Amino acid sequence: MTPENIIWLLPLPPLLAFVIIVLFTNKSNKLSHSVGVGAAALSFIGAMYVFISALGVEHFGEHPFTDSIPWLPLGEGWLEVGIRIDPLSAAVLFFVGITVFMIFLYSVGYHNFGQPKGDHDKKGYPPHGATVEDEHGHKHTVPSVEPMYARFFAFIGLFAAGMYTLVISDNLLTLFVGWEIMGLCSYLLIGFWFQKESARNAGIKAFMTTRIGDVFMLLGLAFLYTATGSLSYEVIFSEATLHALASTPAFWGLSVAGAIGLLLFIGAVGKSAQWPLHVWLPDAMEGPTPVSAMIHAATMVSAGVYMTIRIFPLFSAGWDHHTLTPAMSIIAFIGAFTALFAATIAIAQNDVKGVLAYSTISQLGFMMAAIGIGAYVAAAFHLVTHAFFKALLFLGSGSVIHGMEHGVLHTGDHSVDPQDMRNMGGLRKKMPITFWTFLIGGFALSGFPIVTAGFWSKDEIFADAFAHGHTAVFVTLAIAAFLTAFYTMRQITMTFLGEARTPEAEHAHETPWTMTTPLVVLSIFAVGYGWVGIPEEFPVIGGLLPNWFHDFVGHTLAHPLPAPEFSMIPLWTSLGVALGGLGIGYLTYRNFKSADAVDPMRKLLGPVYHFIENKYYFDEAYDYLFVKPATWISEVFTNKMDQGVIDGILHSFGKVSYFIGHTVRDKFDTPVVNRFVGDGSADAVQWFGKKLRKMQTGRIQQYMFSALGVLFIIFIALYYLVLA
Amino acid sequence: MIPISWYLIVAAALFSIGLFGVLARKNAVAILLGVELMLNAVNINLVTFWRYNAPETVTGQVFAIIVFAVAAAEVAVGLALIISIYRNRKTVVADELDMMKW
Repeated sequence: MTPENIIWLLPLPPLLAFVIIVLFTNKSNKLSHSVGVGAAALSFIGAMYVFISALGVEHFGEHPFTDSIPWLPLGEGWLEVGIRIDPLSAAVLFFVGITVFMIFLYSVGYHNFGQPKGDHDKKGYPPHGATVEDEHGHKHTVPSVEPMYARFFAFIGLFAAGMYTLVISDNLLTLFVGWEIMGLCSYLLIGFWFQKESARNAGIKAFMTTRIGDVFMLLGLAFLYTATGSLSYEVIFSEATLHALASTPAFWGLSVAGAIGLLLFIGAVGKSAQWPLHVWLPDAMEGPTPVSAMIHAATMVSAGVYMTIRIFPLFSAGWDHHTLTPAMSIIAFIGAFTALFAATIAIAQNDVKGVLAYSTISQLGFMMAAIGIGAYVAAAFHLVTHAFFKALLFLGSGSVIHGMEHGVLHTGDHSVDPQDMRNMGGLRKKMPITFWTFLIGGFALSGFPIVTAGFWSKDEIFADAFAHGHTAVFVTLAIAAFLTAFYTMRQITMTFLGEARTPEAEHAHETPWTMTTPLVVLSIFAVGYGWVGIPEEFPVIGGLLPNWFHDFVGHTLAHPLPAPEFSMIPLWTSLGVALGGLGIGYLTYRNFKSADAVDPMRKLLGPVYHFIENKYYFDEAYDYLFVKPATWISEVFTNKMDQGVIDGILHSFGKVSYFIGHTVRDKFDTPVVNRFVGDGSADAVQWFGKKLRKMQTGRIQQYMFSALGVLFIIFIALYYLVLA
Repeated sequence: MIPISWYLIVAAALFSIGLFGVLARKNAVAILLGVELMLNAVNINLVTFWRYNAPETVTGQVFAIIVFAVAAAEVAVGLALIISIYRNRKTVVADELDMMKW
């Protein structure tokens, strides 16, 4: 098998798993998860094979794996679809393969496989626990298996298929197909516990919000197709096309390339939860934790950044490496703003997953800002490292929640929220594996110097921003990075350090191996993946390992960017914000002793804290600005327009027809048609029949005699008529 | 030579006698006999026209032989039917065979 064939096949196993689970194995939990995890493993092996083959190709940037087939016949040609793995998509494929496989494995444990059925668990609710009796007659409450276990594996299978499709595409159309498959699956998975109203609403919110972006993206695709006649990367990113697009003005001072780039970027804003379309992602925490990891690390949000890196040549067309194009400035602004804005919200979140959700938004902002200032290699690097450590953190937080739920079941006090960090504390002793892996993930997120992957990728963004003189972006991102380190340490301190603040936290429990194995594997990457991107000029350790990532991904485009000039200022900034944030975070929160203590930041910030705690009232504002008017318009249309006017017209049509029908029936049909035509003809036939049947004597001789008589008459007639 | 009309008159007379038998007799066997007479009248006609018009071929004779064969078969079937009717109804009078009558 050539790598190209393998690439074609990559999305197939999860897709087949989806079909098989939905159609055949949905009654059996064991079969369903075997099929799901097996499919993820197959795709994982395929992805690794492709990645390793890609490493073996010299000048892979110029000779990517490509293949295509004619798909739809058009007027004078074919719409071709195909696959393309170049350095960028190979790097993405690598982390997608690993994280997806790990998440599948983790889901087995997270959904309590092997535990008894719940006492009163219903489909659409999270499992509530089951009562079991041990040999001494003591009753225990233990976690119960998820009621819709098989369905979950079907959904995440489809999700994985969508992601693989997106990564291997060689054109924006199939990329968009994968993109939309994931949009659907995220809706299904966020609303997985559909009986909970909050989960339902979160699913709808995620779908609607990303839809706004998708509509613009579709407009961008249409615009691009109109302008170039193709959606294939190879065609649209060719020198001639880009030059033509860049030199045609569109509107508002944008070139056509910039306008298309921005339209597509709005799609990424929705998918990657950038301001102002960030509101769906925190609510997406309503889904099961593996879903949060899928959506926040491995797949959906990465897809937005991946696509933005892909279309980098479009919005940077005409860029002279000094002044940013208008489109790039906008992207840099939105990215940097989102990075800072989400980081501030994360400080005041008490939900263990909520902090991570805002931190994801913030980190994606880092990537967008990096793309905006032209540092797309740094963005790709951060995309990959972030995928690893954020998947790790989400799975770790799921493990924490799972452990806390164990405690809640033990004490039986269901008023304690197992996701609220204020109820935790001291979990490092109860859940050592989760603690250490979470610590690694958290330090990677904060950019803890030298050892963690997050440091290297974030440092590269800083270096790029500084070296190319984008001071505003640099300062904004530095503040955001400081806040990142701060809230990460706050989270770690509140969750794992100190003493248990509730009896539930005291009875928390380490989770099964299916959950801890992915944590360990991902933590290896959260540390090790940074080493492939160490700049050569870095003091002491620079140059010990080649800066492989920059060389590899940097050659995706025809003209690779030079690595930024090395400078100590961004390095010191990076070190300072990471260590400073971690240190201050620990010092502030180490004295957080009881579950109802006032948050130290609340004292410090006063009313501002209230503002941050409520996420700057974005949800309320959107509700007031968009949701309420939309509901109002719908109500007006339903009550006044539809029920009043349209239904009124329809009803009067109905009444008129009814009246006509009645009249015709009573005045014409019953008296005339029925009596006269219908009954009359039947009566006539009956009368004739009665008369005529006398002729049927049944005597053959009479018949023959009459036949003879008739014949005689005919002869006579013929004689006189013909002969005479 | 005897003129052709003599033969035709004999045939016509025979046919009329047969027709009268079929129409007027009540006994089913007699009706069948009348049918046979009519068939033989036809045979006489066939042979006559062959002899006077085309004696060099055998077509008329072949025709007559086919009619014989058909008549023999018909009589066999007809008599069997009459016997069967007699066994069921104890009569062969045509007027009394009125099972299909209204």
